[in-house]
Amino acid sequence: MQELQSLTEQALALVEKAGDLAALDQVRVDYLGKKGQITALLKGLGKLSAEERPAAGAKINEAKQQVQEAINARRTAMETAAIEEKLAKETIDVTLPGRGEEQGSMHPITRTLRRIEEIFQRLGFSVEQGPEVEGDYYNFEALNIPAHHPARAMHDTFYIDPATVLRTHTSSVQIRTMEKTNPPLRIICPGRVYRCDSDVTHSPMFHQVEGLVIDEGVSFAHLKGCIDQFLKAFFEADVPVRFRPSYFPFTEPSAEADIQCTNCGGEGCRVCSGTGWLEILGCGMVHPNVFASCDIDSEKYSGFAFGLGVERMAMLRYGVNDLRLFFDNDLRFLKQF
Amino acid sequence: MKFSNAWLREWVNPDLTAQQLADQITMAGLEVDAVEPVAGTFSGVVVGEIVACEQHPDADKLRVCKVKGHPEGEVQVVCGAPNARTGIKIPFALVGAKLPGDFKIKKAKLRGVESFGMLCAQTELELGDDSDGIWELPEDAVTGTDLREYLQLDDSTIEVDLTPNRSDCLGVAGIAREVGVLNRCEVTEPAIEPVAPAIDDSLQVSLLAEEACPRYVGRVIRNINIDAVTPLWMQERLRRSGVRSIDPVVDVTNYVLLELGQPMHAFDLAKLNGGIKVRMAEQGEKLTLLDEQEVELKADTLLIADEKGPLAIAGIMGGLHSSVTKATKDIFLESAFFSPLAIAGKARSYGLHTDSSHRYERGVDYRLQEKAIERATQLLLDIVGGEPGPVHLREVTEAMPAERRITLRRQRVSGGLGIEMSDAEIVEIITRLGLEKIGEDTEGWTFLVPSFRFDIAIESDLLEELARVYGYNRIPSISLKASLDIVPRAEAHVAQSRLEQTLLARGYQEAITFSFIDREASAKFEPEVDPVALQNPISAELAVMRPTLMAGLVKTLQYNLNRQQDRLRLFETGLRFVPGSDASREQLQQERMIAGLIYGTRQPEGWTGSKDLVDFYDIKADVEALLEHYDAQGEFTFAPAKHPALHPGQCAELQRNGKPVGVLGALHPELQKAYDLPKGTFLFELSLDGLGQAVIPAFAPLSKFPEVRRDLAVLADVDTPVGQLAESAVKAAGEFLTDFNIFDVYQGKGIDFNRKSVAMGLTFQHPSRTLNDEEINAAVQAVVSELEQKYNASLR
Repeated sequence: MQELQSLTEQALALVEKAGDLAALDQVRVDYLGKKGQITALLKGLGKLSAEERPAAGAKINEAKQQVQEAINARRTAMETAAIEEKLAKETIDVTLPGRGEEQGSMHPITRTLRRIEEIFQRLGFSVEQGPEVEGDYYNFEALNIPAHHPARAMHDTFYIDPATVLRTHTSSVQIRTMEKTNPPLRIICPGRVYRCDSDVTHSPMFHQVEGLVIDEGVSFAHLKGCIDQFLKAFFEADVPVRFRPSYFPFTEPSAEADIQCTNCGGEGCRVCSGTGWLEILGCGMVHPNVFASCDIDSEKYSGFAFGLGVERMAMLRYGVNDLRLFFDNDLRFLKQF
Repeated sequence: MKFSNAWLREWVNPDLTAQQLADQITMAGLEVDAVEPVAGTFSGVVVGEIVACEQHPDADKLRVCKVKGHPEGEVQVVCGAPNARTGIKIPFALVGAKLPGDFKIKKAKLRGVESFGMLCAQTELELGDDSDGIWELPEDAVTGTDLREYLQLDDSTIEVDLTPNRSDCLGVAGIAREVGVLNRCEVTEPAIEPVAPAIDDSLQVSLLAEEACPRYVGRVIRNINIDAVTPLWMQERLRRSGVRSIDPVVDVTNYVLLELGQPMHAFDLAKLNGGIKVRMAEQGEKLTLLDEQEVELKADTLLIADEKGPLAIAGIMGGLHSSVTKATKDIFLESAFFSPLAIAGKARSYGLHTDSSHRYERGVDYRLQEKAIERATQLLLDIVGGEPGPVHLREVTEAMPAERRITLRRQRVSGGLGIEMSDAEIVEIITRLGLEKIGEDTEGWTFLVPSFRFDIAIESDLLEELARVYGYNRIPSISLKASLDIVPRAEAHVAQSRLEQTLLARGYQEAITFSFIDREASAKFEPEVDPVALQNPISAELAVMRPTLMAGLVKTLQYNLNRQQDRLRLFETGLRFVPGSDASREQLQQERMIAGLIYGTRQPEGWTGSKDLVDFYDIKADVEALLEHYDAQGEFTFAPAKHPALHPGQCAELQRNGKPVGVLGALHPELQKAYDLPKGTFLFELSLDGLGQAVIPAFAPLSKFPEVRRDLAVLADVDTPVGQLAESAVKAAGEFLTDFNIFDVYQGKGIDFNRKSVAMGLTFQHPSRTLNDEEINAAVQAVVSELEQKYNASLR
C-alpha cells in the first residue's frame, strides 16, 4: 500500500506539472489507463485474502478518483485559460465608429409638412394635390377674385400666358377638390406656390398648406377651435393664439391668426417687430360665391378654409433665421435636420 | 393710410391712448403698421426772430445774427444757412437745448465769433425733408413760444395697412366712423356748409362713358391768389399723413382726399377749351402727365378731356398742360365718381399708382362728391380767396351703383358665428356702421347698405361686421364634430414617404430646388424639350419650368462641391413640366417625379471604408431598393437606353411591363465637364405615377421537400446583356425554379477575348414531392439549350 501512496503522489505531481492537454492526458494514460501504474495495482488484489481485498480495492479506487479529479480540474483550468487567451487575442477597439452608410435626412420643409399632415390626418383630413401651372380660373376666378380685383395686386403672380399662372396659393386645390367630391369634406392641400417677389424675406417659390372643412353646421367658432388646437399641437406648447379680422376674397368672415411670439414670449423683439405677435396664417369661412362656383349649396353647407406658410412654421419651430437657406440646399444645413 | 392722432381726435375722442386706439382698430381689422411720433425728440427749441444779420468777419458762408426768443432777451447766433436774414421767424434752439440724436446745444465759438444757440432746418428737428436752409416759420408765429407747443408736436402718426375691401377707411372720416362704432361714442364732423356762389360761371360737362363715370361735380372759382401760403396747420396735417405741401390748391385737394376720402382735381381754367368730356380714350392718343411723362393712351382708359383733347387720366393722374401753376388765376375743381371697374388695373398698366387711383380702384363713396367740393371750396376761399361759381352736378342715375339691400337672418348669426347676440346688439352694431334698417320680420332684418361700403353685398358680409365689432377673440373656440366614416385606403398604394424613407436609409439627403431653372440648363438636360417659360421671370436663372429634376440636383451638387463637400447623395421629389406637342396648356404634363444623385466614394469616409467611387450599379441598387416596395420585380426591367443628359453607354430605362417609368445612368461626360465635376456623377429620375401600384402578396405554401441547387457557367458574346440572358434562363428553367441569381461575370484571361463567362445559380424545389435527378437535369439542359440557341452561349 505504500506503493499506492507514492504512485498517487507522483501522479498528482505530474498533473500539477503538465503544461498542456497532451501532457495531462499522458498522466491519465500512465497512471489510470488500462496499463496504467495505479490500475496495475488492482491486478495485485488477487494476492490478498478475501477479507483484505475490499478495503484495499476501495483505497485504490479512491486514489484513482483523486487523480482523475485532479486531472479534470487541471483540464478545466487549462481550457479556461485557452479560451481567455483566445478572447484576449480577439479584443477590438469598440470605441471606433461603426461601418456602413450614414442615415440621410428629410428637408426641414418636408419634415414640417409631414408633421402638419400628420396632425390633420389624425382628424380625418385627407391630403390632396394639384397642378402648379394653373389656370387663371382655379387660381383666381373661382376663388372670387375676378380680373382686375384689387386683391390680385396682393399676389405678385408669375404668368405663363394671360390665362395661365404659377399658382400663387394652394387654395386652387380647394376648387378642384370641391368640383369632384361632395361634402362633407376635410382636406389639406400642401405644396409649392409661387410669387414674383425675391428678397431677404421673400422667396419666389415657397410652400403652403391649405385646409378646407365643409359640413353642415360648421361655424366660425369651429374654425377658431381647429386653428387654435392645431397651432398648440404643432408647437407642442400652450401658445396664445389671437384672431384678427382680415380680408381674403374667398372667405367671409376672414381672419388672420397670430401666435404670441415664440422668440420673446410676447415681450416684443426683433422677430415680431416689437408687437409680441407673429402672423401665422390666414383663414375664414368659405365665401358663398366660392360654393356657387363649385355647385355646393351654401344654404345647406358651410365651411372654413385656412392657408399657412410652411417656411414660416419651419423657421419658428427650428429657429432658422434666413429663408434663403431652405433653397440653397447646403449639405451643412440639410444635415442638421 | 397714415393720419395724425390729433386730427382723428377732432372727429372722435374715446378715452384711449394712441397705442390703445391702434391696438383696438388692429383687432377690428384695420391693421396698424406703426404708431410713431410726428417729430424727433427735442426740447429747448422756441420760435426765434432774426432782428439783425451781418456777414461773419472771417467766413464767407457764415452770418452773425441777433436773435430774439430767448427768455432773457436778444442773443447772438452764428448761422451758416443761406436764407438767414433779418425779419424772419425760425426754430431757435437755445443753449441747453437737446436736438434729435441726443445732440446738446452749447455755447460755441465759430471762427472767433461767439454763438449762443442754433437756428434749425426742418431735418435737424426731424420735422420735414427740407434741409436747404433754416426753416422759415409763418410771420404770425409768436416769438419765444416753445416750438413743440406752437406746432402741437405732442402727437403721433398712425399708419394703417388697409385690406383692399376697406376703401371706406381711406379717409380720416371713415376711420373716425369705425372708432365711433367700436367705442360706441359720438363722431363729430367739421361743419361743412354749402358755399354760396358769387358768380354764375360754370363749365359744360358731358358724361360720354356713363358706366365708367355716372357722376361728376364741378365748380369754377375765379381770381384766386395762388401766391398765398398754405397755413401751417394744414401743412403739418399733410406732412403727418406723408403728403408734401405743393401749393395751396393742390394742398386743399389732398387735404380733402385725406379727410373725406374723395380724390379731387383742380384744372387751370384758362387752359381748358370748351366743356369737359368724360370719355374713353382713343387708342394711341397722347397725354403728358403731371409727372412729365408722355403716355400713349389705350382705348380702355377713361379720360377727362375737352374739345381739343385729353386733359387727365380719370381717377389716376392729371395732365401737365392743364395743371395749376404759379400763373393760374381761375380754376375748375373736379369731384367725381368713377366706377371701380373702370379704374381697376389701369394705373398699373401705365406703371402708375396714385393716392387717387388707389381709392377709385377700391371704391369711393358715390354720394360724397358735393360735400367734398363744398369742403374744398370753403378751405380754398380761406386761403387763396376768389369767387366761386355754382356747384354743377351731372349724374346718370341709371348708371349709378345699384342700391344694395341685405337680409340678415337671426339664425345665421348663431349658426355662422357660434355666438348668441341679442337683437338689440345686432341692430345697434349694424346701424352704427351706417346701414339703415328698412325692414324686420320674425326671421330677421333687412338693411340698406350705405354708399361708402363697397364691400358689403351679402349676408356673410354682415356676419363679418358683427364678428369684427363684437370681437373675434370673444367668439368661443370649439372642436370640430364630424361623422367618423371609414375611408377606403388602397393597400397597393405606395406612399411617397415610404420611397423617401428608403432613400434616407441609404444615405440620401433630401433637397428642395426651385421649380424654375435657367433656359440654358434646361437645354443641356433636355435639348428636345421647349420648356414652359415664364412671362415675367425674376431673373434669367429662374426663367423656365424644369423639364427634369436632374438639372436642379446637379446644380446643388456643384454648389456643395464649391463648399468643400466631396461625397453627396441627394434626392428630390416634385413636378417636372413637359409641354405637349402644341402650344396649348391642355397638353402640358405636370408629372410628379422622384430623382436622385450620387457622387463621390461608395462609402462614407471612415477608418474601415474603401476609397472606391460610386458607379452605375450603386445607383441601380438604390433604384432596385425603391422597387422592392412594389413587390413586382418580374414586371420591372432595365433596358439599355439613351438620354441626352446621360452617358450613352451607361444609361438604362426602367420599364414596368414594357412601359417607361424613368431613367438612370451616369451624367454625360460633356455635362460633367460643363458643371466642372471632377468625378463621375450618377442620377436617376422616376415617375411616381409610372411606378404604379404595388402587388398585394399572395401566399404560396411552404414546401416540405428539399431544394436542390445547380450552378452553371456559360460563355456568351461580350455584348450580350446579362439581364436578358437571365430572363431567358428563368423562363426556360420551368415552374419548379424557386430562386435564380448571377454570382459571377468574368471576362479576360483564360477565355476568348470577345466572350464572357456568366455564372448562375439555379435553385429548384417541388411543392409536394422530392424532385429527382432526371427532372433537374432536364431543367438545366433546357436552360443550356435556350441560351445556346438564343445567345450562342456555350457551357463553360
